[in-house]
Amino acid sequence: MKKASKTAAAMAVLAGITGFMITGCSPAGTSPAQSATAMSQEDFDKAMSTPTKLTFWTWLPDVQNEVALFEKKYPQIDVTVENVGQGGEHYQKVRTALQSGDGAPDVIQLEYQYIPSFNLTNSLLNLRPYGADDISGDYVDWAWKQVSNDKGVWAVPQDVGPMGNLYRTDILEKAGITKAPATYEEYAADAKAVKEKTGSYISNLPTNDPAQVIGLLWQAGVKPFSYDGDKTVGINVNSAEAKKVLAYWQDLIQKDLISVDADFNDQYYQGLASDKYAGWLTAAWAPIFLQGTVENTAGKWAAAPLPQWSAGEQVSGNWGGSSDAVLKTTKNPIAAAELAKFINHDEESTKMFATKQFLFPAAKSVLEDSSYTDQKVAFFGGQQVNKLFGQISNTVDTDFQWLPFTEYAYSQFNEIVGTAIGAKGDLNTALDKWQETLVSYAKDQGFTVK
Amino acid sequence: MASDTIIPATRNAGSTVRRSTSSRRTQVTAAYLFVLPFFIVFIAMLVIPLGYAGYLSLFKSQLIGGLSFAGLSNYVEALTDPEFLAGIGRMGVFLLVQVPIMLAVALFLALALDSGRARGSKALRLLYFVPYAVPGVVATLMWGYLYGPDFGPFAQLFHSFGLESPNFLGQQSILGSMMNIVTWEFVGYNMIIMYAALRGIPGELYEAAEIDGASQFRIAWNIKIPAIRPAIILTVIFSIIGTFQLFNEPSLLDAIAPNAVTNGFTPNFYAYNLAFVNQDVNYAAAIAFLLGIVIAIVSYVVQLQTQRGERRQRKASK
Repeated sequence: MKKASKTAAAMAVLAGITGFMITGCSPAGTSPAQSATAMSQEDFDKAMSTPTKLTFWTWLPDVQNEVALFEKKYPQIDVTVENVGQGGEHYQKVRTALQSGDGAPDVIQLEYQYIPSFNLTNSLLNLRPYGADDISGDYVDWAWKQVSNDKGVWAVPQDVGPMGNLYRTDILEKAGITKAPATYEEYAADAKAVKEKTGSYISNLPTNDPAQVIGLLWQAGVKPFSYDGDKTVGINVNSAEAKKVLAYWQDLIQKDLISVDADFNDQYYQGLASDKYAGWLTAAWAPIFLQGTVENTAGKWAAAPLPQWSAGEQVSGNWGGSSDAVLKTTKNPIAAAELAKFINHDEESTKMFATKQFLFPAAKSVLEDSSYTDQKVAFFGGQQVNKLFGQISNTVDTDFQWLPFTEYAYSQFNEIVGTAIGAKGDLNTALDKWQETLVSYAKDQGFTVK
Repeated sequence: MASDTIIPATRNAGSTVRRSTSSRRTQVTAAYLFVLPFFIVFIAMLVIPLGYAGYLSLFKSQLIGGLSFAGLSNYVEALTDPEFLAGIGRMGVFLLVQVPIMLAVALFLALALDSGRARGSKALRLLYFVPYAVPGVVATLMWGYLYGPDFGPFAQLFHSFGLESPNFLGQQSILGSMMNIVTWEFVGYNMIIMYAALRGIPGELYEAAEIDGASQFRIAWNIKIPAIRPAIILTVIFSIIGTFQLFNEPSLLDAIAPNAVTNGFTPNFYAYNLAFVNQDVNYAAAIAFLLGIVIAIVSYVVQLQTQRGERRQRKASK
């Protein structure tokens, strides 16, 4: 009943507003090609030479520059870029627009961890019929796996955040450490030395950042989530491996060798600027982030791979990054799919993302471009940071999956595990409680829990 | 209908009786026309959304399986939901502690300004009112900075004396910190209401009191405060509603004190999180409705009590 009235209302609004727009900007007779069959070159050429308006919701600054390249190649397509908010706010607005049946954009920025939640509501256009498979080999494997499954390709990777260890060489040297710790055992020993000799914390474990902790679990080979794309989810956040990782951190926290401050607020930036933290286990986007946030520490930083759980291993996890997806409600799927593909595939555009907006690329073409990888970064004492993270990116586990309700999982992480981190409490029981909460939510929502 | 009223009016222009009833009728029509815009907006922006929320609250939607009629089960769940009840309880504490302090300060300031003894009372009046003019969001961000444990001015002051600074953003202290922000923000607003009421008291009363030899304190206690009782009650009711609807403060302090501010810190914040994080719009609607009922009950009880108090007073003075 609710649906019927909604549809009716949506139809009325559509007829009133969008209806005239569509007829106004595309000649009569070009009905939206929503069919699942592969498009022909003819369809493609026709769609790309028909005057079309597209809307693209993203919070990436200056994305107009890449969109301009697209518009230059396809002058008939007019793209409007709108920033409706970052992260949570953006998704809320996309969901609201989808639910109201009106005003949804054609293309959206979508972080990897939210792809399943939009697939659950069947909101994403499968890009496979629009030639997405042709470009599958042009991205690092694990990133492509994040955007695709056996049922389809749901987005095009834009940037990624393979994790490494950024640290302050000056503080570590004061503690007598000249080499980045290779294993977590060494990391714990170094943490002790740093705290005792300099008073700084070797790094911070935030109380409000599930994404970082998930990235660290990812590195340890933990597979806390799975989703079959239909009704079955797997929730395993309190596995022995996950508990082992958090027990390690709990030990450091309780010995006061790791601080437990919330991150990405002024307090945290002050901590970075005032030598409270001697390092950060963070992602490939962080080097640029630091250059903007703590300029006063320029030249004192170095980058290394994450410490490893077993000596000699080389594995990492991912933290952050985005893709661009096309919403199923689009009236111009061919043009919209081409926009998502073009800006993240065209060599000039991807290079621009990497060098102007400083996104860490998912596209191999940039990662193999020596003018990008060989760049020496003064902030890191002339280190070739891009090359290092490019190598790290190849060591990210490819099979990591997400739940179709990441927002809930994250908010409960903050409530339960984050609070326990902040209280320097028992993370073992916190993980159990998080597991219990997630399972009961999933069952309540009608999922089968594996 | 409009033509019905106009035609007889012109035809029977001679009859005064007829004219008065028909002109009355036009007046009534005009009155309805004047309030019509209000009712259109009122119905479209308040009644319909409220009705829709009430309707939504009777359903249960699942990510898998969609929408199904649930009757009152959302309400039953809410009434046993520890997070919701804790939020209500927290706001109860807030109401009992913060509102009296804020209103007492506001009343004191209003009386002080009204007594005419303070110099530059116009400038002071403006000064007290300025915090209210600062948007709540900005005020909270500003206080968030002041409370900062490492870089905040309070913390730095303590550090400069080599003392451990108090944690304004801990689980135990965050409610008090929020009370402080809200008090700072709304003292001026409540003061203006009280002050305006004070200005409305006829001067003869004071003259009479002075002739009787009453002190300023007696005048304030026995004449001014009883005279502005309705205004004070108004501020109490506003404060009750404002308290239960607290949202900006927890929502913004969540970023700097994520562990102290839980998802259900205030009922309004809880409803927001349910709707937009848990994507459970139906349960959120039930929470919002229950919150409305709680506010109505508390406001009603307070009003009833004060009315009773007034009656008792009147009887006693007889």
